[in-house]
Amino acid sequence: MAEQQVHMRLWRGDVKGGEFRDYRIGVGEGMVVLDVVHAIQAQQANDLAVRWNCKAGKCGSCSAEVNGKPRLMCMTRMNTFQPGETITISPMRTFPIIRDLVTDVSFNFEKAKEIPAFKPKPKEADGTRRMFQEDIDRVQEFHKCIECFLCQNVCHVIRDHDDNKPAFAGPRFFVRLASLEMHPLDCNDRIELLQKKAGLGYCNITKCCTEVCPEHIHITDNAIIPLKERVVDRYYDPIAKLLGLFSTKNK
Amino acid sequence: MAEEKYETHEYDVIVIGAGGAGLRAAVEASAQGVKTALVCKSLLGKAHTVMAEGGIAAAMGNVYPEDNWKVHFRDTMRGGKLLNNWRMAQLHAQEAPDRVLELEEWGALFDRTKEGLILQRDFGGHRYARLAHVGDRTGLEMIRTLQQHAVHKGIDVYMECNLQRLLTDAGRIAGAFGYWRETGKFILFKCKAVVLATGGGGKAWKVTSNSWEYTGDGVTMAADVGADLMDMEFMQFHPTGMVWPPSVRGILVTEGVRGDGGTLKNAKGERFMFNYIPEFFKAETAETEKEADGWYEDKRNRRTPDLLPRDEVARAINSEVKAGRGTAHGGVFLDIASRRPADYIQRRLPSMYHQFKELADVDITKEAMEVGPTCHYAMGGVRVDADTTAATVPGLFAAGEVAAGLHGANRLGGNSLSDLLVFGRRAGLYAAEYCKSLKGALTVNNDEVNAFARGMLAPFESKGNENPYTIHADLQECMQGLVGIIRVETELKKALETLQQLKQRARNVKIEGNRQYNPGWHLALDLHSLLTFAEAATLAAIERKESRGGHTRDDYPSTDAKFAKVNVIVRKRNGALALSQEPLPEMPEELKALLEEKK
Repeated sequence: MAEQQVHMRLWRGDVKGGEFRDYRIGVGEGMVVLDVVHAIQAQQANDLAVRWNCKAGKCGSCSAEVNGKPRLMCMTRMNTFQPGETITISPMRTFPIIRDLVTDVSFNFEKAKEIPAFKPKPKEADGTRRMFQEDIDRVQEFHKCIECFLCQNVCHVIRDHDDNKPAFAGPRFFVRLASLEMHPLDCNDRIELLQKKAGLGYCNITKCCTEVCPEHIHITDNAIIPLKERVVDRYYDPIAKLLGLFSTKNK
Repeated sequence: MAEEKYETHEYDVIVIGAGGAGLRAAVEASAQGVKTALVCKSLLGKAHTVMAEGGIAAAMGNVYPEDNWKVHFRDTMRGGKLLNNWRMAQLHAQEAPDRVLELEEWGALFDRTKEGLILQRDFGGHRYARLAHVGDRTGLEMIRTLQQHAVHKGIDVYMECNLQRLLTDAGRIAGAFGYWRETGKFILFKCKAVVLATGGGGKAWKVTSNSWEYTGDGVTMAADVGADLMDMEFMQFHPTGMVWPPSVRGILVTEGVRGDGGTLKNAKGERFMFNYIPEFFKAETAETEKEADGWYEDKRNRRTPDLLPRDEVARAINSEVKAGRGTAHGGVFLDIASRRPADYIQRRLPSMYHQFKELADVDITKEAMEVGPTCHYAMGGVRVDADTTAATVPGLFAAGEVAAGLHGANRLGGNSLSDLLVFGRRAGLYAAEYCKSLKGALTVNNDEVNAFARGMLAPFESKGNENPYTIHADLQECMQGLVGIIRVETELKKALETLQQLKQRARNVKIEGNRQYNPGWHLALDLHSLLTFAEAATLAAIERKESRGGHTRDDYPSTDAKFAKVNVIVRKRNGALALSQEPLPEMPEELKALLEEKK
């Protein structure tokens, strides 16, 4: 395939402001968006800021918005665009800008600290841990998360509402909470956290997070909805509530 | 330059690098009650460990009860062509099962056997199915488990913070100095001990599975303060990297494909590995396709030659392609599609399926993959004490890929993740002990720190016009072409000359923009470590005049008994790298006996 020229528009700037700048560059066979960004960096803009590590969809570092769609740049092939199409790349919008395509994702690392740790139940009598594949399949789905934070980026609860951030953990951490809650060995309780500090109730299951997940984790159906059911069972079960009215136990 | 006040922190132990080894070291040091910080170049959880696919080698005996540490020890030593530090190989084989089970206590979910225990898979050079794994994303499970454990233990983490220089006081470690990537501001750590867990330097080669982080920082920081390096001539070229399209060349294809039944074929459809069984492995390797295929189910058969150690397979692929039996894109075929059902492939190798589908338009359940060797792993690195991971500079420790010894001349697949856990823990433990026993105060030399800071800012004021990316690309061409899988003295010497020129050019690098998150500047600074790593590897490669493991000399094609007894040591003296040969530690008789057992 002959090398073709493409027209790229990259957001350049920092917290003080910025603009889209135009670059024209050659594209070779099989290239992904991240390759093109690297080529621009090497040839035309040495100081272009971009995060990346594995370049194979495994580390979740190179998240950005490509023509407005939240994507991993390393897994977005150039041949998925129309010939002659201008490709616009901007940083994830939900997180504060650091520079160019790099954002401050520390929100996520702070949320991670709030989640009660894994706490295993006692071992089997023979000293082993026995779990069966069919019991862990659903949790292994959640463990596929590469922490690209695209689900956090696209979640409308926080995307344009910075004020919601303190009271909302976001889809990534609902997946994490679900993985702990459904872990066959875990005996910690996170239902109160989910209902209160993690703000599970804010989610109205529009499934935007599921759509952008590069690991195809069924975030809404397999993590969020079952967690919502657990919260409802604990706090809003009508029979329990009725019985509670007659209970003399201290709550 | 106006003197700036450096942000300064004091700790007992600084762990540099937050992959498996660094995380495990930090968890251990912190558990020992010393004040610990973890410092990493990327965001937490993005280190190279996350890309590891196949699994963690540990003789747990869940699939084959006859497996035990002695067999694992033997496999590791033979895979390393007996150049391994025997004590490291012993500790590694003995402690790996406990380290895997510990991950389970911290929440990791490995694939299970029918009895509900941790499932183990076949891998190259391992006599029994031994790798604890999660599909083909074991590294992700490991790093996330350790990361979350470290977070819950409240360990201080400095992310996107790049440490470049170690500081010493009267020959002992006293601190480390570097910069924040976000702001470009300098940061100074005063500490009693440093654990290096920085990985290797594979980014000095062009076709590589390594990310931007693999610039040889740890090796260089250690050498700069006078620590010994060892075995730098041994680079592992993983036999199966992607070869097509060009933009993905080098990306890793897990050995698990062969572990789960895939075979290598040349363009004529021949299973060529049967033609490349070396004398050393003849007794334990299958001679016919029938026996090889039978081995997967019944270990009374001998192992398929597709799963010979990586150095053997990489050389075989190289030879097939050179002989004109390669694919159109200069690789060979790796076929699992014709050998295993589609749902099995998707379940066992989900990320390989995804990777080929998305990046190469290849459905690995229907077609063969095209693969070829890719620079993958440095067996050599900082010379350490086997039990304590202490380097030859007091207060300096090293674990994981940055350390040398465990893997000898060639690493077996699966032995890296277990290495990280076993020696990461030991590094944290003994660094903490060192801190507790340290007497007297340490002082950081401010003049030295100021000089480092000035040096790091020099590229902004440079009168030269060199582009750091161009120098890096030229370095990669040089190492790929002249210090690759097959080496010869004339080319190695030419590489040394080229490296001297590149060092000159690196002094004339010009940086555009400012200090804030500036990758051009970061790369300019990394050139120092990339070039040091490359030079040490090249010098050691000239010194070892034989072929062994991950070091093949066209001009000395066989092993040499003289070199079987020595490690090549590189150390910096008076600003230049110097070489010496030093004898291997003597192995106890009872361990020698384990090696001599047939099959």
